[in-house]
Amino acid sequence: MKDMLSKQAVSLKPSGIRKFFDLVSEMDDAISLGVGEPDFDTPWHIRDEGIYSLEKGRTFYTSNAGLKELKEEICKYTERKQGVTYDPAHEVLVTVGGSEAIDIGMRAVLNPGDEVLIPQPSFVSYEPCAIMAGGVPVIIELKAENEFRLTAQELENAITDKTKLLVLPFPNNPTGAIMEKKDLEEIAAVIRKHDILVMSDEIYAELTYKEKHVSITEIEGMQERTILINGFSKAFAMTGWRLGYACGPRVILEQMLKLHQFAIMCAPTTSQYAAVEALKNGDDDVAEMRTAYNQRRRYLMNAFREMKLECFEPFGAFYIFPCIKEFGMTSEEFAERLLAEEKVAVVPGTAFGDCGEGFLRISYAYSMDNLKLAIGKIGEFIERIRQQEKKR
Amino acid sequence: MREELLAIIERNSRIDLKELAVILGAEEIDVVNELQALEEEGIICGYHTMIDWEKTSIEKVSALIEVRVTPQRGQGFDNIAERIYKYPEVTSVYLISGGYDLLVSLEGKSLKEISGFVSDKLSTLDSVLSTATHFILKKYKDHGTILTKKYEDTREKVTP
Repeated sequence: MKDMLSKQAVSLKPSGIRKFFDLVSEMDDAISLGVGEPDFDTPWHIRDEGIYSLEKGRTFYTSNAGLKELKEEICKYTERKQGVTYDPAHEVLVTVGGSEAIDIGMRAVLNPGDEVLIPQPSFVSYEPCAIMAGGVPVIIELKAENEFRLTAQELENAITDKTKLLVLPFPNNPTGAIMEKKDLEEIAAVIRKHDILVMSDEIYAELTYKEKHVSITEIEGMQERTILINGFSKAFAMTGWRLGYACGPRVILEQMLKLHQFAIMCAPTTSQYAAVEALKNGDDDVAEMRTAYNQRRRYLMNAFREMKLECFEPFGAFYIFPCIKEFGMTSEEFAERLLAEEKVAVVPGTAFGDCGEGFLRISYAYSMDNLKLAIGKIGEFIERIRQQEKKR
Repeated sequence: MREELLAIIERNSRIDLKELAVILGAEEIDVVNELQALEEEGIICGYHTMIDWEKTSIEKVSALIEVRVTPQRGQGFDNIAERIYKYPEVTSVYLISGGYDLLVSLEGKSLKEISGFVSDKLSTLDSVLSTATHFILKKYKDHGTILTKKYEDTREKVTP
């Protein structure tokens, strides 16, 4: 058959992570610092609630937008954490992970030719989702010297009269960067001036290690133009449950709900019941996991400092993004050699955008024992390369 | 720092000082001083090792004993508790709310040794009204540590 495939789908670049994944899976005994999900099991009381819902025979669809009780708990949560109020009946949509919300959020607001500003390095989905929604991705390359925050100037420079939407991926995967209140206020002024929409992906909101996370929706005039995306994967260690949500203006959410309804019907019912428990009684678990991540973060930062590896201190998510430019290798070469020679897997920064070149994403969603083992090997690897460089 | 420090060393008392300081984001000298203060205040009472004796060839039997007692005037339960906890084979003594008063855990070499202790020493104490002995058959979890299973990382090795 001729022209069997969608040109648009074919045009999408395969995820840079995929290639590395294949390399690593061939190796049985590799130590990995390459995952983007918590190492903790979902807290037992949350799992128990999921099991209980199955026992009770709650095995049917929920309403399209999600369980009423869950939507109400989500609204209480955003109120409690951010002081931002949403109407559970019209301004919340429970999705299959944050990823679905990214996809349908883009499709709900974009028209052909609309430009979508995507700061990179960032999560792998924004660009393809924008393309498949008919938008034109415009990449903003974030800078190490700004600690990979988005500045008002960078934003201003990227805006044209076609700009429709800004993706705001903070706390950031892969850099660990955060945006503090003053940073957000500065870009908010530009956003209001040019009257553009924001998709704020705050999936790592619970994992910040400086001050409490500030959402762009807390800044004046922002809530009414922002699709807020969050979910249960990172905060409550629930990646496999595939549950996220979007909050935003009713007019946008109505369109998202339509797309969700036709493509998905509803998010998994068992997960929704478990998520109610997570929001009602999970704050202590989150705090405990945050403390553990923070200890590991400090450990890694210190280890990199001792190795004299250039690295800004990240205050969010569970990633460290060290610079490896001194070794005269590309990120991919470095990661491949590290894997081949030391059997340690990290993800090249380029998997998250071209401007990730010269950096590595190191995940600290691992036990301290695992981190120590890996760090020891990375240290030896770096030492060896430095020696080889000297000899030349 | 205190709460976080205690939570860490409750799990791992062998952690080295330098690492402890790093993960707490504190100076080593401050950690040393804090540990010393905690010891002096009797908050840190000891540094023990968790051993799963079942995996060794050494025979050990442990039991939990519910004890009902008559409290003494002016002393409450303290006097009788002291009489019990002074026996070295007693590993813990708790005052308990509910159907009985003291929960005593005991470690011995054999069933006989433990039953001997209960019948000869414990039940003959004046203020002890009754005892109920429960032998421990298997320990699944102890001090927050699961003994029956090892942690296994079942995640995909690389994910976005």
